[in-house]
Amino acid sequence: MSRSGIIQFVLFFVYLLVQVLVLRNLVLFNTAFCFLYIAFILLLPIETNTLVLMLAGFLLGFSVDVFYDSMGLHALATVLIAYLRNYWLSTITPQGGYESGAAATLAANGLQWFLVYSLPMVFLHHLVLFFVEAAGFTMFWYTMLKIVASLLFTMSVIALLQFLTPQRRRI
Amino acid sequence: MERLINFIYEYRAFFTFLFLELLCAWLVIENNQYQSTRYFNSSNQVAAQVLGFSQGVREYFSLRTINEDLARENAELRRDLERTRQQISTPTDTARINQFDFVSAKVMANSTNLYKNFITIDKGSVDGLAPGMAVIGDAGAVGKVKSVSERYAVLISLLNVDQQISGQIKRTSHFGTVRWDGANMRYTTLQFIPRHALPVVGDTIVTSGYSAVFPQGIMVGVIREANLKPEAPFWDIRLELAQDFGRLAFVEVIKSKLKSEKDSLETITIGEPK
Repeated sequence: MSRSGIIQFVLFFVYLLVQVLVLRNLVLFNTAFCFLYIAFILLLPIETNTLVLMLAGFLLGFSVDVFYDSMGLHALATVLIAYLRNYWLSTITPQGGYESGAAATLAANGLQWFLVYSLPMVFLHHLVLFFVEAAGFTMFWYTMLKIVASLLFTMSVIALLQFLTPQRRRI
Repeated sequence: MERLINFIYEYRAFFTFLFLELLCAWLVIENNQYQSTRYFNSSNQVAAQVLGFSQGVREYFSLRTINEDLARENAELRRDLERTRQQISTPTDTARINQFDFVSAKVMANSTNLYKNFITIDKGSVDGLAPGMAVIGDAGAVGKVKSVSERYAVLISLLNVDQQISGQIKRTSHFGTVRWDGANMRYTTLQFIPRHALPVVGDTIVTSGYSAVFPQGIMVGVIREANLKPEAPFWDIRLELAQDFGRLAFVEVIKSKLKSEKDSLETITIGEPK
């Protein structure tokens, strides 16, 4: 296994433990959840194979499900964004393309690009997650409130963590 | 044939995606069905230990209130015990008197802000727990046991939109279904109270004892709103839960010894429950 492979392997467990030990207890105003673990899928290197992404997404989502007692729910939402990630990445390729071996991070591509990339992905994840959990549209507006509040919370944490990690910037 | 294989190979990402999503959807649907003994939930050994550690840390911040609650509950129990001792002078049927048995358990994990909330406790099949048993807290009903492993159990909380228990207005004896609407952790709803009943704000709702899961008269909550729409067949009732799920530390699992007898009698006369 390559060096970056080992780092990703460790990161998988770091994201999982942070999610189930810390963020599971951290819900703001009873509506804003932080599902930071999807950052693991979003931030994997741009050239990562879709099959690998989906498998990682499934394992991560499934592990989170075990702790949330919501069998299949997080796995479903995470596999969806893992599948769509690469299509979305190729759609929003900046002029001149990505540098080879670049990560899908804020440091490598700038804040504006990162927001365009991650906002719809996180929104889609939360949309699927909360509506499947609610099992329908009977509580539509309350569920939408949860989605938007969680989107802001999760995105803030993902973006802030990006600024904290020491990497070469291009803003 | 070769073309078919080529086709599948070309779209392997999509087919894998389809397969994984169908697997997940199946898991979601399967998990919605009530009462099951399965491995992949928080009653599993590893998950329960991790959650127990997390709960242990959190508990330090609420030790004072937990102590107060326990002391108060102890005092109430002692008073009750004394009263019952005096009442039972000539027991006639010991099976009926000892109908319910209590197992005290510690809460390992608890959530209140999802639509489907579950609670993990530190007692399991070794302590005689089985799916379907009722669970109460210091102030009132908490939920039912959903699945058990050897040393842990997952409860389906009253704060779960799939959970329904039989409730009764204590003053008028009308009974209905207590079901959470998914919004506020302090409030739940009471459904199917007929028009001719006259519930008022402040009425107490207790468990009805019809299902033999909960003993009769366990506190559920107090009515805070009762509305009757002109054309509706039932009242819209909102009640405040007696048990504050936000700070649940210890619960008691109720083992009903006569449940199987009652259920089998009803199955013979009425037929299998749906």
